Amino acid sequence: MSNGDYETIVGLEIHAELSTKTKIFCSCPTEFGGEPNSHCCPVCMAMPGALPVLNEKVIEYAVKAGIAMNCEIAEISKNDRKNYFYPDLPKSYQISQYDMPLCKNGYVEIDTKEGKKKIGITRIHIEEDAGKLNHDEFGKKSFVDLNRAGVPLIEIVSEPDIRGAEEAEAYLKKVKAILEYIEVSDCKMQEGSFRADVNVSVRKKEDNKYGTRTEIKNMNSFRAIVNTISYEAQRQINVIENGGKIEQETLRWDELQGQTISMRDKEDAQDYRYFPEPDLGLIKITKEYVEKIKENLPELPESRKKRYISEYNLPEYDANIITSSKYLSNLFEGALAICKNPKSVSNWIMSDIIGALNEREIEPDKIPFSAKDLGDLIVLIDKGTISTSIAKKVLQKMFETSEKPDEIIKKYGLVQISDEDTIRKLAHKILEANPKSIIDYKSGKDHALGFLIGQAMKETKGKANPRLLDQIFKEELNK
Amino acid sequence: MELCELTVHELEEKLNKKEINLKDIVKSYEQRIREKEPEVQAFVSINEDAQKQVEQGKTGIPIGIKDNICTKGIKTTCSSKMLENFVSPYDATVMEKLQNHVILGKLNMDEFAMGASTEYSAFKKTHNPWNLSKVPGGSSGGSAAAVSADMVPWALGSDTGGSIRQPSSFCGVVGLKPTYGLVSRYGLVAFASSLDQIGPITKDVTDCAILLNKIAGYDEKDSTSIKIQPKDYTKNLQKGVKELKIGIPKEYFGEGINNEVREAILQVAKKYEQMGAIIEECNVATTNYALATYYIIACAEASSNLGRFDGIRYGYRAEHCNNIKELYRNSRSEGFGQEVKRRIILGTYVLSSGYYDAYYKKAQKVRTQVKQEFKRLFEKYDLLLTPTSPTVAFNIGTKSNNPLEMYLADICTVSINIAGLPAISIPCGLDKDGMPIGFQLIGNSFSEEKLLYTAYAYEKEENFREKYKPQFKNDKT
Repeated sequence: MSNGDYETIVGLEIHAELSTKTKIFCSCPTEFGGEPNSHCCPVCMAMPGALPVLNEKVIEYAVKAGIAMNCEIAEISKNDRKNYFYPDLPKSYQISQYDMPLCKNGYVEIDTKEGKKKIGITRIHIEEDAGKLNHDEFGKKSFVDLNRAGVPLIEIVSEPDIRGAEEAEAYLKKVKAILEYIEVSDCKMQEGSFRADVNVSVRKKEDNKYGTRTEIKNMNSFRAIVNTISYEAQRQINVIENGGKIEQETLRWDELQGQTISMRDKEDAQDYRYFPEPDLGLIKITKEYVEKIKENLPELPESRKKRYISEYNLPEYDANIITSSKYLSNLFEGALAICKNPKSVSNWIMSDIIGALNEREIEPDKIPFSAKDLGDLIVLIDKGTISTSIAKKVLQKMFETSEKPDEIIKKYGLVQISDEDTIRKLAHKILEANPKSIIDYKSGKDHALGFLIGQAMKETKGKANPRLLDQIFKEELNK
Repeated sequence: MELCELTVHELEEKLNKKEINLKDIVKSYEQRIREKEPEVQAFVSINEDAQKQVEQGKTGIPIGIKDNICTKGIKTTCSSKMLENFVSPYDATVMEKLQNHVILGKLNMDEFAMGASTEYSAFKKTHNPWNLSKVPGGSSGGSAAAVSADMVPWALGSDTGGSIRQPSSFCGVVGLKPTYGLVSRYGLVAFASSLDQIGPITKDVTDCAILLNKIAGYDEKDSTSIKIQPKDYTKNLQKGVKELKIGIPKEYFGEGINNEVREAILQVAKKYEQMGAIIEECNVATTNYALATYYIIACAEASSNLGRFDGIRYGYRAEHCNNIKELYRNSRSEGFGQEVKRRIILGTYVLSSGYYDAYYKKAQKVRTQVKQEFKRLFEKYDLLLTPTSPTVAFNIGTKSNNPLEMYLADICTVSINIAGLPAISIPCGLDKDGMPIGFQLIGNSFSEEKLLYTAYAYEKEENFREKYKPQFKNDKT
């Protein structure tokens, strides 16, 4: 049998840190970083006698996420304790939600080669993040930093609807985009505020029973997740093809070796002894509360995409990429408001800006200039103040220094030369220096014109207005 | 009469009349502690700076605090090796409310409040002031013994299954377990979160009302505390019991209840009848299931609550551990005593997958039924009257190796915690060996005022405190 006879089934448990100002059960800041154990109090350090108080913003943010992902919001839900020992878990239990999650039965829509596809969301629940262990490389010590302990998380559990790594990536990107749009999480993967546990199984296409799944925990890059799924699916297929059986286990992705490795720790078969958190009451949510949040929910990526296509005639591909990130989409809308030129803004984002992001390996949220700056830049082109090629240079400067486009143009003297007399004088000078090109042109060799314009551009360091150059050279040559 | 023998309201009267000052009071108690502490052993730590703190401006009547209530800057040990040197970085909410009061010391208890005799303290056994060979009850045995021995004017205890009421009854003092949610638990080292309440242990009912006034009230730091109008619990103490309907649940007078105790409580009922109350027999059918239910829920919650004592951030840490599992195992094996470990194991078991439904879930169902049954009873009765404990104080050493028998000491008190209700224990006489007997009044949620005026009516009539005094006798010598 060949690989083509198998399908890969993926389920994802996404953990996203909520961007509330304070922690889920105390008033410590959620800010990333800081001196170890400086964002802590008796509650999040689990001092004896300290008690949790649920941050209402956490409920609000989680309900927002639930609505944005088409979930039912439970009128009554509760917190439960998940008990296990680990040094980064100060209470020795995590306050989470077990059998009564805040949101359930939702879905998000992704684009696949075969068209649109709904990925079911089993549930979204709230819980607290654990602290962090810092291991001393030289000594044999580990240090506990509880700054992250008690930062609110939502866990978004998907149905096993995802087929293969590509769909998994599309789903993750869609969920990330939604959370960014509704401003409940900043989804900074490198800071661990958006991470996922990945469940992978394979089955022969004609089977209707799922295969045994393995779980790879705590992954925080799209690339690693895609590689893991591809690798793990292939590994499972090989095992089955060789007559073996898949063991249900927890694996870890080894980035260096590019393979999954069994954790093989049998004590990991944990019994978490969930029970209702007696220190907190039930979470009761009224229909009015849900309606109010619904009314105030920002526009979601899917709706923006449709609008870009219908209102601005953007190609679906472009609309898709721009709306995949709240930051790119906001950049688009902000620049558009200034220059009223959707095609041009879209082109700049799709080529030069995304190119610059890739080159610099940064995420769209790190773009160092504002949407207004981009709009102003396009206005400068449209007014003929600068040429497109100069504009590309200005944009690079904007990435480097965050200066305003007009400041850059002034500072480096990049204003386009559009004065007819100046251009004509320049043309005369170039023509005098290149008599052979005149002969070539007259004998029908069109490329001679291009050469002459090029010389003029060189002379003016690209500042000459290309349209005017073309026009004046033609006039002079045809005299 | 020494100052330390007076009640708080008597002391306050003298203070107001400027007959004495606060320093005189503190001196009297310090003197008393010097005399009696060697034989009673009620304190885990004694505040050596009490007089200095009065000089520095504290104006409230001094108090003793059970050692599971967090006090900033003073050790809070829970009478456990685990927290032997633990100093809380913050004050419990009740301590903030009492910040004007000098703390005379932290009082001994069963380790992490698990026990009914204070014998499970990791540090010392507290002796009953009425007979030093007897236990003071528990877990707030240090608090009850200290109040009884006049070593503190009043004290705070905590009650998870009877831990205020039972030692109060054993030591001949007044102890109130408030309605769940009336007093903030913030800063009370948790044993069983859904059952724990802090409450007063005092020499008489008036003091009890005064102290409840000081500690009751909603606290935004405790999500289980309840927003209700603050009340002055001293205001209606003299109201009387005319027409009050008091139920006598049969189940609290059956097998296992000592005869002398039973007779004493029935005498109390008669007394109330004479005072104009209406006495009627009734049934609390769930009583038989209460103890099992209690031990499942309490141990389940404890097994989780005590997980934080892991040797990582504070408290006892075993030495020479090779890895994290060893560190956990050794720290917890060495840091916790037998009874605490027994309950953690019991609690872990009842929450385990495969057993959860049979134990924990079923216990929660029974708990709902217990609540409903009491709710129905209080549609008919104002209060219920029962013994506080099936027996008087027993000899030190007789039950500490028999956990089941020790658990039975809670038989009259646990239902009240399961239902979250308030209950008070009042002394009502001595048995033939001169040991105090206590009766329990149980009320509907937030009926503390009624409990207190009903208790007050009896106290005024019987005058236990004027008739009897602890003898500090010692059978062994």
